[in-house]
Amino acid sequence: MKSSIFSQEIGLFYFLPGIPVKNEKFINRCQFPVSMKIHIPNSAFLGNIDHFLRSFETVQPKKLEITANKKWISVHPVVLTMVGALGLTFERDEIHCEKLEAISKHYLERMHLFKLLKISSGIRLKAHEAAGRFIPLTQIQNSQELTECMKELIPLLHLEPHQAEPIRYVISELVRNVLEHAQSPNGALLCAQYYAKSNVIRIGIADIGVGIKQTITRSHSAATDLDAIRLALMPGITGMTAKEGGTEFNAGAGLFFIRSIAKVNRNFLMIYSGKAMYKLLKSKGKKALELQADPYRERYSAGEDYPLWQGTVVGIDISLDATEQFSVLLDRIRETYIQTIRERKKEKYRQPRFI
Amino acid sequence: MELKLLSFVGSFAENKDLARKLRLEMIIPALDAKKEVTLNFGGIEGTTQSFIHALISDLFRTYGNGVLDRIYFKSCNENVQKIITIVVEYMQEAER
Repeated sequence: MKSSIFSQEIGLFYFLPGIPVKNEKFINRCQFPVSMKIHIPNSAFLGNIDHFLRSFETVQPKKLEITANKKWISVHPVVLTMVGALGLTFERDEIHCEKLEAISKHYLERMHLFKLLKISSGIRLKAHEAAGRFIPLTQIQNSQELTECMKELIPLLHLEPHQAEPIRYVISELVRNVLEHAQSPNGALLCAQYYAKSNVIRIGIADIGVGIKQTITRSHSAATDLDAIRLALMPGITGMTAKEGGTEFNAGAGLFFIRSIAKVNRNFLMIYSGKAMYKLLKSKGKKALELQADPYRERYSAGEDYPLWQGTVVGIDISLDATEQFSVLLDRIRETYIQTIRERKKEKYRQPRFI
Repeated sequence: MELKLLSFVGSFAENKDLARKLRLEMIIPALDAKKEVTLNFGGIEGTTQSFIHALISDLFRTYGNGVLDRIYFKSCNENVQKIITIVVEYMQEAER
């Protein structure tokens, strides 16, 4: 039996017996390199995630090799969504995971990484350990599953009503983007956690769909993955139509709203798709921040020489020390949104020809 | 015709599929029958721009901006009002 062979061969992780392998879920795998190596570092948060993103290796064929820092693992939930999304593209017996030695290895078990990949970690959680405030790795494949997930959100994260508004907004819009546009065979992978020390909720969402460039270029011109991410972050740009106002179902506003939420609260937002990554950096200072229609006018970092991610990954931090009320933020989004649409419309005006 | 949204979409109105269904099956037939429509947001704590867009944007394309004379938004909290206002404003700027 494959599972026993691998348990001896690896000696560390073994596959749960009796769980059928679902072949249908691997239909998208051919879009990845045939193998992957992914290393979970001791620290990877949005501020320093670049190194992790660049660390994917394609070494051995037909398997996913997961390794981790031997001393300490402390990573943003988006890292787990990426490992989970990748893992779901492999058969159980193609996932090799070394024995975890880090003191904080229980975190990966608690966040359901191994449960999602249907492998056993051998890690036993003690009943008395505090559960914390988190959403474990959750696979969402349709609209109804998202609606059910949204109901669980507030109690899982122990949020006050005024704190809940931007968080459920962000999660709903990002997951719906995946369900509607990504054509991801495994839907969306969601994970979130509250960090008490910084009083921040960190959220990750990943898919292995067609990526932003393929979606946005249905209606707009984008030469590179980074061009496509830039367009997707602008107000009123959707891949569904080039017309202002969008279609009956899409307006192209979702990612602009989310970028605005991150910006005014002086938090990170990271979007990685294809070979490009855009990261909105934390804004400094205390004065009110002006929203920008063009993400290149923000304080940001970006690159388009990352390992190919066939799909889209979004990581965002939301501070619960709300620097701005959601209602005030909506006023500012409204101003910027309308002004941008008017300016874009004006650019399309035909001019009189004076002779 | 008054549509109490809470019973269809719950306290956080984010399911766009339901929004479209309500538009197609309840709002548009009422408008076609020359009725006024009241969208009752009582009990709804929050919503998304995507939900409101899926609920009402196509009404502007079908009936023009004058559709606002035949639709009322009832019992909206502050944030819901603001999100509706954003969608209403950009739809009046939209290309048809």
